[in-house]
Amino acid sequence: MDFQLSREQQMLRQMYREFAENEVKPLAAAIDEEERFPWETVQKMAPLGLLGIYFPKEYGGGGADVLSYAMFVEELAKVCGTTAIIVSTHTSLCSAPIFEFGTEEQKRKYLPILLHGEKIGAFGLTEPSAGTDASGQQTTAVLKGDHYVLNGSKIFITNGGVAGVYIIMAMTDKSQGSRGISAFIVEKSFPGFSVGREEKKMGIRGSSTAELVMEDCIVPKENLLGREGQGYKIALHTLDGGRIGVAAQALGLGEGAINEAIQYTKERIQFGKRISQFQWTQFQLADMATKMQAAQYLVYAAAVAKDKGQDCSQQAAMAKLFASEAASDVTRRAVQLFGGYGFTRDYPVERMMRDAKITEIYEGTSEAQRMVIARALGVK
Amino acid sequence: MNMINWNNTDTAAFHGVWVYCEQRDGALMSTDLELLSQGRHLANELGTELCGVLLGDGVDGLVPDLGGSGADKVYVCSSPLLKDYTTDAHAKLICDLAQTYKPEIILFGATNLGRDLAPRCAARLHTGLCADCTHLDVDMGTYLEFLREHSTLDEKGIGAESLTARFASDLKMTRPAFGGHLMATIVCPRFRPAMATVRPGVMVRAPYDEARAKAVQVIHPDFSLTEGDIHTQVLETVKAARELVDLLGADVVVSVGRGIGSDVQKGLALGQELADVLGGVLGGSRVAIDSGWLSSDHQVGQTGKTVHPKLYIALGISGAIQHLAGMQDAKCIIAVNKNEAAPIFEVADYGITGDLFKVVPMMIEQFRAAKHAKAAV
Amino acid sequence: MKAIVCVKQVPDTSGKVAVNPDGTLNRASMPVITNPDDRSAVEAALRLKDQYGCKVVLVTMGPAAAESMLRELLAMGADEAYLVSDRAFGGSDTFATSQIVAAAVHHIGLEPGDIVLCGRQAIDGDTAQVGPQIAEKLNLPQVTYAADIQVHGSAVTVRRMLEDGYMTIRVDTPCLITCVKELNTPRYMSVPGIMGCWDKPLTVLTHEELKDEPLIEPDTIGLKGSPTSIAKSFTPPQKGEGVMLEGAGRETVEDLVSRLTAKHIL
Repeated sequence: MDFQLSREQQMLRQMYREFAENEVKPLAAAIDEEERFPWETVQKMAPLGLLGIYFPKEYGGGGADVLSYAMFVEELAKVCGTTAIIVSTHTSLCSAPIFEFGTEEQKRKYLPILLHGEKIGAFGLTEPSAGTDASGQQTTAVLKGDHYVLNGSKIFITNGGVAGVYIIMAMTDKSQGSRGISAFIVEKSFPGFSVGREEKKMGIRGSSTAELVMEDCIVPKENLLGREGQGYKIALHTLDGGRIGVAAQALGLGEGAINEAIQYTKERIQFGKRISQFQWTQFQLADMATKMQAAQYLVYAAAVAKDKGQDCSQQAAMAKLFASEAASDVTRRAVQLFGGYGFTRDYPVERMMRDAKITEIYEGTSEAQRMVIARALGVK
Repeated sequence: MNMINWNNTDTAAFHGVWVYCEQRDGALMSTDLELLSQGRHLANELGTELCGVLLGDGVDGLVPDLGGSGADKVYVCSSPLLKDYTTDAHAKLICDLAQTYKPEIILFGATNLGRDLAPRCAARLHTGLCADCTHLDVDMGTYLEFLREHSTLDEKGIGAESLTARFASDLKMTRPAFGGHLMATIVCPRFRPAMATVRPGVMVRAPYDEARAKAVQVIHPDFSLTEGDIHTQVLETVKAARELVDLLGADVVVSVGRGIGSDVQKGLALGQELADVLGGVLGGSRVAIDSGWLSSDHQVGQTGKTVHPKLYIALGISGAIQHLAGMQDAKCIIAVNKNEAAPIFEVADYGITGDLFKVVPMMIEQFRAAKHAKAAV
Repeated sequence: MKAIVCVKQVPDTSGKVAVNPDGTLNRASMPVITNPDDRSAVEAALRLKDQYGCKVVLVTMGPAAAESMLRELLAMGADEAYLVSDRAFGGSDTFATSQIVAAAVHHIGLEPGDIVLCGRQAIDGDTAQVGPQIAEKLNLPQVTYAADIQVHGSAVTVRRMLEDGYMTIRVDTPCLITCVKELNTPRYMSVPGIMGCWDKPLTVLTHEELKDEPLIEPDTIGLKGSPTSIAKSFTPPQKGEGVMLEGAGRETVEDLVSRLTAKHIL
């Protein structure tokens, strides 16, 4: 595996760092505290091509690759987990399925407005009774003339309250089970579509996590994404990509916590010494860094596989499983190194620890990742 | 005129030290008086005359003050075309006069206008210019003494013999580079006049000399200047409404930096109160200015002002080298910073590792008490 | 109309400055950046491009490695770049540097309507001389310390900063303007900009390409053509050891007050 970054990727990383440091980091504590969606940041990202990094320029994208995108999510998460997931969801869960499964008309209609940031994207699969078992969809879609009528509700939808375009899964044929699921491009303004309650969360508190309600929601026939019955396949494929984004988010959170811990332990004096001079501190940081380095290899390998058009299902699952569990562990250890200060909101590590936990849960729990990996191993 | 050879074949034909006397709205700049004081020393070392060059519209009244600061002669060019400063008019007159009278040295204040004018003149006269000098010498003995006192060089490093052989009668122009970590002495051995801009606030102003003020000779040279010579038009000149902070003249400067970031308003208030107690002024590091906490006239450092107070107190300033460049010559430096490894502590006379929000209120209280006690005595 | 921007790659002096034993700067050990004031000049040019669709042309003098800076500025939106690079140009002081850069600008071609933009000064030397000297050598009117630039047809109105206020100056093009940081906030490189910057034209100008320019003479360029030279470079002595006071409590401040009082500082 060759991770020698290209000259473009090196420049992108430098630009991401400057952007994250100047535009994202200063807001991170406040948007967490106030549970406020950082619209201003989204507006600054759009003209720089950061909302569609790996899509072709002809649709308004940046013309780079999936690894470059994963690096952006990573750099964002180093300073703000919330901003990282907003970009990841928008890109991997909404723009990506339209790009990969949409008709030319759908791509021309929706990608420019998403990639230019005129509308934020979201993805609606999870329902109250269809979580890890996503095949148990209750939302229905019935074709009536030139449109489908959707009924049902979705929960825990990231970007739910702020998005303008949603990829919604619904049953078109219940008798077919998961093969009866279809995917739709739904606009917030469609009749019968509404946003329900927003969740109060432990972490990524600046992001919007909302319920979506469809009551006789009218969706034009041409907004069917892919074919009828292809929805479950689209959803799983989309989540493979999304997991790279979440894994990159976890990676960044862990790395960000290490950066903070290194700086703090070199400043903090106890027993007349900087605590970085104690071997326990050094070994802790060495272990933390090693874990995140391993996570980085897994995440980048999955991103490169996706770039090459390979089936990255297993690699994405491994990357997300390892990176998210590593991030939870590393951020928790960072808080411990900070001692009492780490538990206060004066320092960012407690926020990083809260933000890290969700990476083990959303877009497939760690248990779901193990199922994917075990299946790929042929273990039944 | 062949500009390449006019001033490098017979450099001995150049005599006199000139100071460009900048005036704004008919008022002299403090740099003029600093430069004349310094120029007086140089003229004495060279055994030559010190001349002011004053350009403006009806500015003859300023001449005695220039004499009182050391000038033997003042060349005055007066014209309505000189009412507002324009690069073109001033550069033309300076260069024309220099070609006529052939001065050996021309000094400018390193003000925004001096730094606009001097390089343009040096380019036209085909000579060397050293920017933002903090020390000037002609006499080699004086310069060697300066090196012995103000450098880490040993006698071998100084190399007195070689310096004397090469630059005995040249103007030695010393300036800080890279934020004061390095000093460089620049010479212009092959061309005349040697030109320098001098940092405001660095040269010591000599006491006013009544006798010289009376004796100063005014010269109104012939000059040609037409509207066609001037390619810019000054539409307006606006003085900033805000009160200027006199960092340069202050005996005590209290500066704030990144460390007040967690509560900017409180940090600024504490800094100001501490400054008030000590009769000083509030300054700031680059971070404090770039973050918009203080306006840029508060800035201490390489890109801001160089201050020489008796007491400098740095609150929550890590001590980036640009900042150190602007304050490390203070007589006494006190630093308060949470980070014991902060570079500011390397230049501080007294360092306190701690939270400024806790330490400064105690400083305010105890400094005030100490002041009162002293007043009572 | 085009905007020609003169830029310089400089060592980042905001971090630690490394000095060699002989008193010169250890450039190799320091990261390089685009000079901050020059970035403001580039942003000013890009805004003219946004507004009037003019071409933005970059010029720098430096080693081959300065290409990385030019690519970054092309990724911000500049259209083409010239890298002036030759051993014959080495050792130039500000006079000789401006001579060479002016020759390069002349070589590129200056037309009515064009604006040459420079940063006010570079953070390695802080001289602020090269901009005005290029203007002199190209016989252009100059406005330094620009904090605002407005174009009206063939004329430009500039807010020129003074220590205690500003002047508003009108000047006809072509002209040279030096920019201060307050002028604008430079934009970031964009993703499409980065992906496309390696395909934009970058021309290396050596002595061979410039030797017929009237400004290029053996005694006006390089070390030999520099009127100034460095007689001595040295490091200032460190001050005597300071005292780190114990603790950060009431007793600490009392200790400080008594020390200051003893030394008649307070």
